[in-house]
Amino acid sequence: MIQQTSPEIGGMGHSVKRKEDRRFLLGKGNYVDDIHLPHMVYGQLVRSPFAHALIKSVNTEAAMRVPGVLAVITGEDLAKAGLAWMPTLFFDKQMVLATGKVLFQSQEVAFVVAETRFAAADAAELVEVDYEELPVLVDPHHALDADAPILRPDREEKSNHIFHWEVGDRAATAKAFEKAPVRTEVTAVFQRCHPAPLETCGCVADFNTATERLTVWLTSQAPHAHRTLFALVGGIPENNIRVISPDIGGGFGNKVPIYPGYVCAVVASLKLGRPVKWVETRSENLQSTGFARDYHMRAEIASESDGTVKALRVQTLADHGAFNAAAQPTKFPAGLFSICTGSYKFPNAFCEVDGVYTNKAPGGIAYRCSFRVTEASYLIERAMDVLAYQLNTDPAELRLKNFIRPDEFPYETPLGWSYDSGNYAAAMNKALEIAGYRELRKEQEEKRRRGELMGIGLSSFTEVVGAGPAHTFDIAGLKMFDSCEIRIHPTGKAIARLGTKSQGQGHETTFPQIIAQELGIPVSDITLEEGDTDTAPYGLGTYASRSTPVAGGATSVASRKIREKARKIAAHLLEVSEEDLEWEPGKFFVKGAPSKAKTIQEIAFAAYTNIPPGMEAGLEAVDYYDPPNLTFPFGTYICVVDIDKGTGEIKVRRFIAVDDCGNIINPMIVEGQIHGGLAEGLGIAFMQLISYDESGNVQGGNFMDYLLPTAVETPYWETDKTCTPSPHHPIGAKGVGESPNVGSPAAFVNAVVDALSHLGVRHIDMPIASWKVWQILKEKGVAA
Amino acid sequence: MPSTRRVSIQINGEKISAEVEPRLLLVHFIRETAGLTGTHIGCDTSSCGACTVLLDGRPVKSCTLFAVQADGGEISTVEGLNRNGQMHPIQEGFHLEHGLQCGFCTPGMMMSARALLERNPHPDEQEIRWAIAGNLCRCTGYQNIIKAIQYASKKMAEGVSA
Repeated sequence: MIQQTSPEIGGMGHSVKRKEDRRFLLGKGNYVDDIHLPHMVYGQLVRSPFAHALIKSVNTEAAMRVPGVLAVITGEDLAKAGLAWMPTLFFDKQMVLATGKVLFQSQEVAFVVAETRFAAADAAELVEVDYEELPVLVDPHHALDADAPILRPDREEKSNHIFHWEVGDRAATAKAFEKAPVRTEVTAVFQRCHPAPLETCGCVADFNTATERLTVWLTSQAPHAHRTLFALVGGIPENNIRVISPDIGGGFGNKVPIYPGYVCAVVASLKLGRPVKWVETRSENLQSTGFARDYHMRAEIASESDGTVKALRVQTLADHGAFNAAAQPTKFPAGLFSICTGSYKFPNAFCEVDGVYTNKAPGGIAYRCSFRVTEASYLIERAMDVLAYQLNTDPAELRLKNFIRPDEFPYETPLGWSYDSGNYAAAMNKALEIAGYRELRKEQEEKRRRGELMGIGLSSFTEVVGAGPAHTFDIAGLKMFDSCEIRIHPTGKAIARLGTKSQGQGHETTFPQIIAQELGIPVSDITLEEGDTDTAPYGLGTYASRSTPVAGGATSVASRKIREKARKIAAHLLEVSEEDLEWEPGKFFVKGAPSKAKTIQEIAFAAYTNIPPGMEAGLEAVDYYDPPNLTFPFGTYICVVDIDKGTGEIKVRRFIAVDDCGNIINPMIVEGQIHGGLAEGLGIAFMQLISYDESGNVQGGNFMDYLLPTAVETPYWETDKTCTPSPHHPIGAKGVGESPNVGSPAAFVNAVVDALSHLGVRHIDMPIASWKVWQILKEKGVAA
Repeated sequence: MPSTRRVSIQINGEKISAEVEPRLLLVHFIRETAGLTGTHIGCDTSSCGACTVLLDGRPVKSCTLFAVQADGGEISTVEGLNRNGQMHPIQEGFHLEHGLQCGFCTPGMMMSARALLERNPHPDEQEIRWAIAGNLCRCTGYQNIIKAIQYASKKMAEGVSA
């Protein structure tokens, strides 16, 4: 159990109001586009109108004649510097500016730099590119057809096949299927969507010709990793690169990769010796930066007649677009997709994934998700419902029957994960109780008799976060530890710096709360800094709910290192031996004589003024934390929908979320994260889609076509929690940011399918728009 | 070169005059000419509301107006919400009810809230939801934003009665 600190100290468990709020509320946030440097110029990308075309020529003369234009950089220019291509974060490479041909609509072709944004935009219109259209490959299911165009002749393998990956025991799983009396299956597409943080991506690159240092203000979720990649790819000495990730207007995985615009801005600044700002528009953001999902999945479950599951088999086709730009640090091409056995005790499982290229924007990034966990969770939670319908059993009962039991942890899954802790039934029972599940089922029955459509959807997900242990994770070889450095000032105040970077998660409040918990220094006395690679210790950044599991561990361990030194100083001050001291948050006191005590503030002062003989001055520590395992948050979500038979309109009447993320640092912030993730899940289930027509034209490339939930569609979220601490994490925390986005899509879809299940409906692909439901109602002859 | 026009716009009570291109967007005038970067740009289709300001008391998306269209007008932005170092009840509400996370939508959201509370001091939950339907938030799921506006509504009513 975590010892409760006073509200003044504000350690773990206190809903401390956020320290970072004030600047945002006053309009004094400092986002990349707010940065204005003297002599700054503007960059504008020229993009391809075609999805697949040869580039016959690029003529920049007219563009260069526009007053104020300073440079037009083309792919051929970059090729001369060896920079026309760059590595992706997953064993592929991607064009910075196209040479030879373009592979997706809106691909980057040239970069115009001008004194004003208007001149840059005007000139970009005048860059003449002569294209010759090529056959377009849109449907991933046809990527391996004999007559499919080969998209990537640059690769040794003359095929659109990127990878085949499999895990589990194929033979044993097949055998289990042969023997099982019940077999069920579901084919489900997790559609291509985009995280669409409200701030788009951008940078200001400033190469100082006098100091020869490059400073890049970057919308980056991983500033240190980006600095190293700039050094490795660009050949600039790493000590001469400073990446600053200022305030970030949401990330959700979109700001993990390095994008061509960043590289172009850096190249332009090196060339011109002036600061270059490049900020993409929303349309550019949706059409060219990291998309998510696009997994075409099939799950089969074998079970006993009583519903006891025996085996899971999963086949998936992954559409990665033109380049495999999956920003994921696992050693597995499909990331953590093998978490697909979920919360259930499958004795056998087998999972295989094939990745292919198409003429679409590159990516496969983890949208508020640990690398394909959302896809996996959606698939298993859908498949369990389909099995329940086949067995004519209640989906809640089927889940309860198959849950891994609390006494079975640590639990080894057939696909190789070791779950740290869980109590799935507790979370589910709590959710069922809050929902009034039995009454809801009764109501549904009555409504069905009256011909009304109501559905109840469950999702009891287990997910995997906290990338990650060095044995399983790296980015370009960089191990996935994270870091914290804490310095206690003579007056007992402190500054902490971390290798992570908040994009709204509230790090400036929550990490000081960990320090407050460990050292008893009031949270208000602790400043937290992130995002400046010149000052923060090296870390791998914030995504995949890794900040608390990894940097949170570092913060806790660094604090404890300080506490151990503080103990020595206190013993010196109190003239007792260290063993005679006891700690309570904020002070050491002599055992049996609590009035003989030294506060952490007194100890801090002594660390600079009255140091024990032979001891170094100062009170600070740094820790690089490599987690021994991932953490496995879980929960049960219940969604209740009503469907209008006349229009197919879906009304989410209630949504109950019971989450278990282990020990909680700040309940207010955790709840806020859950609200936000649920709204994103709602958007994915009902609205968010990036599709392409047969010519490869992107549909859903702006906010008119790519729909996001507003306050009107969003229901009231009913949240609650259970608490099962992680046994291996220093503060027992697990991470939470992505859970609601991982767990909720299945709950929404299951609710809609449940409303129509008596009509024989077993699956509807997302996003479930009203027209899709209406079409089904019409087919079934029940549309009003 | 396009010809320029002289515009004069009052922002948070201060008159800003400049020679601008006719195609200069109001949001760029606010952010770059006036240097008030609290007003943000989140899209290019008038969908997200991050650029919401009040023009003569009415909420407008400043990415969808040219600066010349606001010539002679009065603009209120997030920077004008607090008075004499005192947070406006809306700002206070957003802080106390955890109505913001990344903060990018927050200025536009607060300006929409202000316009709502000025025309309807006691909105119910549905009225609040509709009033901010033109402002997207990707972080909060809206629930705490609604609570923040409810807090402000209550606090402002107390202020009036006191």
